[in-house]
Amino acid sequence: MNDATKRPNRPALALHVPEPPFRPGDTPDFSSIKVPPAGEAPRPDVAAEAEETFPLVTHLVRVLDDSGNAVGAWDPKLDPDTLRKMLRDMKTVRTFDDRMYRAQRQGKTSFYMKCTGEEAIAVAAATAMDPEDMHFPTYRQQGLLVARGYPLKTMMCQIYSNAEDPVKGRQLPIMYSDKKHGFFSISGNLGTQYPQAVGWAMASAIKGDSRICMGWIGDGATAEGDFHNAMTFATVYQAPVILAVVNNQWAISSFSGIAGAEQATFASRAVGYGMAGLRVDGNDALAVYAAVKWASERARTNNGPTLIEFFTYRAEGHSTSDDPTGYRAKGEAEQWPLGDPIARLKAHLVALGEWDDERDAALDAELDATVRAAQKEAEAVGTLPDQGFENIPSMFDDVFADTPWHLKEQCEQSLAEAREFLGHEPK
Amino acid sequence: MSSEVKTTGRNMIEAINDAHRVMMAKDPDIVVFGEDVGFFGGVFRATAGLQKEFGKTRCFDAPISEGGIVGTAVGMAAYGLKPVIEIQFADYIYPGYDQIVSEVARIRYRTAGEWTMPMVIRSPYGGGIFGGQTHSQSPEALFTHIAGIKTVIPSNPYDAKGLLIAAIEDPDPVVFFEPKRIYNGPFDGHHDRPVTPWSKHALSAVPDGHYTVPLGKANIVREGEALTILTYGTMVHVSLAAVEENGIDAEVIDLRTLVPLDIETIEESIKKTGRCLVVQEATKTSGFGAELAALVQERCFYHLEAPVERVTGWDTPYPHAYEWIYFPGPIRMKNALKKVMAA
Repeated sequence: MNDATKRPNRPALALHVPEPPFRPGDTPDFSSIKVPPAGEAPRPDVAAEAEETFPLVTHLVRVLDDSGNAVGAWDPKLDPDTLRKMLRDMKTVRTFDDRMYRAQRQGKTSFYMKCTGEEAIAVAAATAMDPEDMHFPTYRQQGLLVARGYPLKTMMCQIYSNAEDPVKGRQLPIMYSDKKHGFFSISGNLGTQYPQAVGWAMASAIKGDSRICMGWIGDGATAEGDFHNAMTFATVYQAPVILAVVNNQWAISSFSGIAGAEQATFASRAVGYGMAGLRVDGNDALAVYAAVKWASERARTNNGPTLIEFFTYRAEGHSTSDDPTGYRAKGEAEQWPLGDPIARLKAHLVALGEWDDERDAALDAELDATVRAAQKEAEAVGTLPDQGFENIPSMFDDVFADTPWHLKEQCEQSLAEAREFLGHEPK
Repeated sequence: MSSEVKTTGRNMIEAINDAHRVMMAKDPDIVVFGEDVGFFGGVFRATAGLQKEFGKTRCFDAPISEGGIVGTAVGMAAYGLKPVIEIQFADYIYPGYDQIVSEVARIRYRTAGEWTMPMVIRSPYGGGIFGGQTHSQSPEALFTHIAGIKTVIPSNPYDAKGLLIAAIEDPDPVVFFEPKRIYNGPFDGHHDRPVTPWSKHALSAVPDGHYTVPLGKANIVREGEALTILTYGTMVHVSLAAVEENGIDAEVIDLRTLVPLDIETIEESIKKTGRCLVVQEATKTSGFGAELAALVQERCFYHLEAPVERVTGWDTPYPHAYEWIYFPGPIRMKNALKKVMAA
């Protein structure tokens, strides 16, 4: 650089590069995080002007207090069966995650991503919405499928890319898709689903339908242009959509400050667009349920979209390809001030007298057996190392509705190659 | 065409506008949106009158956000609508490129057909209008390279309406590039001569109502024996003029659809003529012409009497003042024809 362009009478400019508070070797201490007491946040009417929610974008909607009691205006007053169903679904997700993580380590598949610590968010959101509402998820909302009763075996078949994989071995593990369960096809490209969710909601409004839609994104991906695109379109057309930001503090190795969290909450993005916004304790299943219910009623009554930031913590690595000890302090998840979502919901049910340790242990054992059984069934169909030589022509299907000549030619060529490699006719 | 079909003289814009009208009346799931597309009817008037006729929820203005336009269209198609969206200039399609390439093109494949993307992305494209760098580009190769997208480029009003209707009815996503140089009349590359309006051209007799020009079918616009010209868009007219001016009995093929390509018509013609000239406005390196030249070489090698030549734009950004040095016009055409015929 040319020194002649510098002016000695001016202070040298300094670039700010955000750093997380703790790195490997540090002792994590989250006492600086402001956690308001449960029950403190006011609950506006669902038809309130967006600006009435603006104080809530820096607050934290919390229902469950430290003793497991549900308090305040946001208490959704759920019946014990619904609470138990949510607990069961959250535990199923965690059990499923653990087994599939291990399956990847055993070489049965190439890849897996857990959502440990974030189970309450997708499960409670699915519970709060109607079954016919649509979700545009990221790769960390497997709780939506579990809560909506999608077969665990089918999820596993997708993970193993086997003959019963609904997407025919074309997608990476966990990139589920199921129209019937209102779960839009997951894309590897971050943020793209956000404006798509808005478009789906616009379509529902164009047709005078009553269904609404929920779009999902992580804290890191809010930096994508599609976040802005979605927020703009959602407010311009007052689309009946709920836009969720799951702020789990980490985007692979980058802490949320790299996505812009140092100066403002993600929920506060809503303010500039004129959209209703809520910031919610993501480890509090009741708060998540109540916020999604509020936003869905708002959307359903043509009162416009809502941005909800779910404040949580990614308790484990980003994926099976990631080792978080390389960039963050050990023990952060244990120090996290909002605790564990499953333990908190359990404590609530116990406080209500609707649950106890015995039933909890029995449920754990039951879910372990259920997930194991599903895994056994899925593995009987096949695991990844055995895949890829059955029905080779299917690889060329669905690029277009009809297969054009150039793909037909390439299909013949690939079959000839497979024949040469296998030494026999491919199946 | 049956003699009973009523036709109306239309330029390309009017033909495109009519295709929208015919399809919106026929299919209530079609929605049309884009920048300035609603009340105003589009900066080129392609959607004029549609909002008035079909209402604000069928045809509406969009924020200046190509990523948002394509992204919301994906969600609408996922719901079950058929979006026909406009990107104001092809030069501005890039903010929507991630949605087109990573989403629109792949959703049928990645969901094993559970979800499909029956949408049309219309965009004015091409040069010859002193549009400079960002109102002249021909980015078709960026789309023909993407598996799962069909790319269509009409060259006259009759085809424009028939192809657009076929594109809207097609179950796959179609990128529909409209050569804006020939919206009002065919352009033969002689910028120093007055433009002839479409009304003096037979292909401006556009049938009223519904008809289609099939996707994936090329059109032999001039039969000949001496060589085959493979081209599309504005360059169809530049090629036709060059052939007449140079007295060469060329077969001129208007490809109309680049993907899927009408390989049969191409092979048949080149096996007859033994020579091939590929003509495109776009920059040369890795352009669609390179794919055409490679296909001809692979499939017709023993019928070729000369190397396949390419007439293209230069490998520079599209310049303003140098419009007529950049644009592949009559002189570039003449020299290329001479070269192919001499070999």
